[in-house]
Amino acid sequence: MSLDYTTPEFLIERNRDRCIDCKVCVNQCANEAHEYDEEENKVVSDDVKCVNCHRCVALCPTRALTIRRYPLEYRQNAGWTAHDINSIYKQAASGGILLTGMGTDRNYPIFWDHLLLNASQVTNPSIDPLREPMELKTFLGRKPNTLKIENGRLTEKMPPQLELELPIMFGAMSFGSVSLNVQKSLARAAAESGTYFNTGEGGLHSDLYRYGGNAIVQVASGRFGVYSEYLNAGSAVEIKIGQGAKPGIGGHLPGEKVGREVSLTRMIPEGSDAISPAPHHDIYSIEDLGQLIFSLKEATNYEKPVSVKIAAVHNVAAIASGIVRAGADIVTIDGLRGGTGAAPLRTRDNVGIPIELALAAVDTRLREEGIRHRVSLVIAGSVRNSADIVKAVALGADAVYIASAALISLGCHMCQKCYTGKCNWGIATQNPNLVKRLNPDIGAQRVANLLRAWTLEIKELLGGMGINALESLRGNRLMLRGVGLSEKELQILGVKAAGE
Amino acid sequence: MKRVYAKEEVCAGCKLCEVHCIVAHSQYPNDVVKAFKKGVPPLSRVIVEENRPVSFALQCRHCDDAPCTKACITGAMHRDPKTGIVINDEERCVGCWTCILACPFGAVQRDETGKKAASKCDLCSNGDGVPACVANCPNDALIFEERE
Amino acid sequence: MDKVFPRIPSGCAISGIMNKKGQCIPGTDIIKSIALMHDRSNGLGGGFSAYGIYPEFKDHYALHVFYDCLNDRVTAEDFINEHFNVDTSELIHTRKVKSVTNPPLIWRYFVQPKKNRLSNSELTEDEYVVRCVMKINSSYKGAYIFSSGKNMGAFKGVGFPEDIGEFYRLEEYKGYIWTAHGRFPTNTPGWWGGAHPFTLLDWSIVHNGEISSYHANARFLEMFGYKCTLQTDTEAITYIFDYLMRKQGLPLELAIAVVAAPLWKEIDRMDADSRELFRALRTVYSSLLINGPFSIILGTANGMVALNDRLKLRSLVAATKGDFLYVASEESAIREICPDPENIWIPRGGEPVIGMLEGVNSIL
Repeated sequence: MSLDYTTPEFLIERNRDRCIDCKVCVNQCANEAHEYDEEENKVVSDDVKCVNCHRCVALCPTRALTIRRYPLEYRQNAGWTAHDINSIYKQAASGGILLTGMGTDRNYPIFWDHLLLNASQVTNPSIDPLREPMELKTFLGRKPNTLKIENGRLTEKMPPQLELELPIMFGAMSFGSVSLNVQKSLARAAAESGTYFNTGEGGLHSDLYRYGGNAIVQVASGRFGVYSEYLNAGSAVEIKIGQGAKPGIGGHLPGEKVGREVSLTRMIPEGSDAISPAPHHDIYSIEDLGQLIFSLKEATNYEKPVSVKIAAVHNVAAIASGIVRAGADIVTIDGLRGGTGAAPLRTRDNVGIPIELALAAVDTRLREEGIRHRVSLVIAGSVRNSADIVKAVALGADAVYIASAALISLGCHMCQKCYTGKCNWGIATQNPNLVKRLNPDIGAQRVANLLRAWTLEIKELLGGMGINALESLRGNRLMLRGVGLSEKELQILGVKAAGE
Repeated sequence: MKRVYAKEEVCAGCKLCEVHCIVAHSQYPNDVVKAFKKGVPPLSRVIVEENRPVSFALQCRHCDDAPCTKACITGAMHRDPKTGIVINDEERCVGCWTCILACPFGAVQRDETGKKAASKCDLCSNGDGVPACVANCPNDALIFEERE
Repeated sequence: MDKVFPRIPSGCAISGIMNKKGQCIPGTDIIKSIALMHDRSNGLGGGFSAYGIYPEFKDHYALHVFYDCLNDRVTAEDFINEHFNVDTSELIHTRKVKSVTNPPLIWRYFVQPKKNRLSNSELTEDEYVVRCVMKINSSYKGAYIFSSGKNMGAFKGVGFPEDIGEFYRLEEYKGYIWTAHGRFPTNTPGWWGGAHPFTLLDWSIVHNGEISSYHANARFLEMFGYKCTLQTDTEAITYIFDYLMRKQGLPLELAIAVVAAPLWKEIDRMDADSRELFRALRTVYSSLLINGPFSIILGTANGMVALNDRLKLRSLVAATKGDFLYVASEESAIREICPDPENIWIPRGGEPVIGMLEGVNSIL
């Protein structure tokens, strides 16, 4: 066997004064970075196996463990970073595509952090959400151009709408890419909080049909788990064209993750690879999309709004306009920094555009065309906190999807190893030993807590701006000012510079 | 009475219950490091049974008609009339191990670290209510509650 | 002078008088009422709107126009003459007032759309006029049409409202509805078009407040051809009512249910039909909810409506005596001209005060 050039990424420091050799770290590390040496009667570690997921650190009863970046340095070189060199070593050894998980970790600008919110002073009173009503209710779906009213009654029913108590939904994460306990946690939190979770392209597990009232069921290029009961079980149907982390790429759930439950839910043989093609092979153009939208509306008796989700790519505004005209009720845009359970590293890190610019461009374009009011606009891809959400709404979004943030609330530590199936937090895995580690009772509570906390923060920020209903913020870009942005970026975002 | 119940489906098999049981019954119930490093730590009275992926923590069920109390030749193993907790009075225990034979759950062990005595869960009856294993389970896989 | 200037937060005074029998009174009372609230203005804007003042031209659109200079007038008049038959074209008579300085040229035209142009445009007469007004205001430098209704007119400028009233010789006009505005902007407008009232066709609005939903409202309206060039709240509010009532055909009370929408918990308590209707209104027209503090007086040929934001963050008082309805920012401004009203009350947030001429069944 030839020399493997792999060096550790992380250093496991064990404080021997504190370690009691209880082996909790050993039994919790699916990567087998910790081992019990019987001969020496002590626990030892192998740095090279560590992925820095903090499972051992969090569970160590004596806080004896620390994980640090491995101090091995290459000769300084501004061009050839350790990341570049190590990637070549890996590929020279494997001959394969580099895989990764979660959203890109590259240093692309985060425009949320260059946008600042307004607050009322003197001329307009700020509103205290503890004393005054503060409304976040949001409806997603197609809106008619006019209402037909006679004698105080609506004579033409409204098209179907999703009713959200808060502008936050859980983004698409399939059963398969995440564990059933993740979906159970999200479904229960969605039901408790008055919002929706998205099944992703993995079907709806039979245990979750009871949460159909809070489910958006996805139809993607592999059509896994799609049949009439599935479509009608959800409250809305989402056609997934693309994903922010991997625009232009399909999906691949390896056969080892397709156990009995996944197999039943996806309707594929146990142990078989679930491969979603890159495009939908019945959608090679916009008119084909229209047909699929209306096939799904037919299949659901025009009772469910249909969303179309695309990745934020260069001409996202024109594509979004086409989607609206093709009959979609909700347009969902997933940005460059959006997460994934598994994606080719180079795709994740190099394809697409930031969600802030995509959102601004789409909202502007739909308004220029006079069709923004007909549809709802949902964004996804690295919404990190409540302020990001408020800024997204001010730029023009109706609501946001959160996925990475929801997983973090369930214990995800962003180690980016989702694709290995060895998630020590029981999230991105189907290994029954690991799945058990996420207790859906705790999970549902934590996610619901997160939504509650963010709701309170959104209300505080709204009140500060003198706004008591979220709709008055939607597209209200005067509530934003840019800092450290170029003229062009300000123009695309449609915001003034701070001080203007 | 309140008993400890295991939720097998969310037991992560980390065995922190065992660690904290040892600590709670050691000389240093508030110091995990000292509990293990000063002298010989006691045995854990809760045992994680494993046949992966199945795992769960097992401890004395505090049976209503506990066979161990009937089997005990000295009266050391007894039920506290007030709390209903089955306790072994280690001063009176002579280490005959009849209780181990009698226990249908295998929840009594020999502890030969000090005076030979049967070791079993006492629901941390010296503590302030919630047993240490339950309080320190990171995944709520142990529940301390009253059930019919 | 630049027509487009940054949005100016402002505090203000408003007052309105109407006679429901259509009896016309001179502008003296409204000036007295708004003058009492002198301290609510800071001399940087005042204005009036009056209905019933041009009975001799009641079928003509009365265009009131500011011009920066003669050249601007010549250019704009080319457009006006091209699109309208102009019956009368005259300088609006003003008097010199010490505190009112540097006024623009103020011109008045009584016009009717050219028949062939109108029919070629395939627009309604009102929409045709609106588009012409928008065209001048957005594309003609130095020209600004600040009033375009029939048998009504707006009079406004930079100064305290009582001085503006004197400047325009309002005691010489007689109307059945008068509204007035005194402005307290927090920086200098520098331009007469920025004063209130803001009008479009027969609509006139005087407004006190700073709406926090401005850009949400404005960006929605822009989808439907409204050009929010002034970037004032009042302009947006005018367009909102125009859009909801004239274009969408909503009755007044439903238009009000959009701009000062009932809370969701109130909607949830309604009977099934109303609940469905109000849910639909709030869903479809959500971008037209007016958020933040405001009190407004909306004038039309048929009546007058006063409205507060739904949290009542601005003052508004109403009173009646005989055939007269009074509304004002302060009770004292009503008592100044009507010392012993029969009824006087403080309307609740979102609850409109509606005065309509006898014999009409709609405010439009």
